[in-house]
Amino acid sequence: MTFARSLFCFAAAWLGVLAFGSVLRMIQGPTDADRAVALDTMNSLVIAIMILLSAAFDSILLVDLAIVYGGLSFVATMYLGRYIERRSR
Amino acid sequence: MSWMINVLIIPFIVLGIVVNSLGVISLFRFKDVYMRMHGATKCSTLGTIFCALAVIVYSIMQLGAGGGVRFVVLIIHIVLALFGLLIGNSTSAHVLSRAAYRSGILPKMAVIDEYAEFCKKELEAEHAEAEAKNEEVE
Repeated sequence: MTFARSLFCFAAAWLGVLAFGSVLRMIQGPTDADRAVALDTMNSLVIAIMILLSAAFDSILLVDLAIVYGGLSFVATMYLGRYIERRSR
Repeated sequence: MSWMINVLIIPFIVLGIVVNSLGVISLFRFKDVYMRMHGATKCSTLGTIFCALAVIVYSIMQLGAGGGVRFVVLIIHIVLALFGLLIGNSTSAHVLSRAAYRSGILPKMAVIDEYAEFCKKELEAEHAEAEAKNEEVE
């Protein structure tokens, strides 16, 4: 049992490094659409991290947080798309 | 039940990590917004699905070892989060690509662009509507 939990912790740490990489793209990105795509990738990585840590630390609360985070990030991406589309006209 | 760790959980975790890494690498290696979107959205969705499958297998294993009702709740909540992620990721990729095209970023290496004519027609229709409204006001 402990081995599987440490495996989940390792995977969550790796995905955290990947989320940091997508933050680098968000800083560097030449256009605004690049930044929005990097933000979308980072959101789904954070959801994966939350699901893995909920199994590692044995708490259902983190999965509920992941559901709410997914809904909020969806709405945020919708408004970002609206903003990018409207600003150029 | 510990054979399930080796047979199912480790491959799912490894697949999730590898596919997610490919998605983030594609953010840095591709040249264009559309190519980056193509790589990053698909890969991050599939990698998250694999990570969630690993956790679901772990919870089924705990249920077999006498874990209790809370692992059933965990499985149901993970499936809910997965559905939200599937619908949300595909829709937001669609919205972002549409917004990127309409904000004037053209795909660099595309040979044929059929969306431009459609956009032109839509813009003309919008202008006609706006003029009709102006005439009504006057």
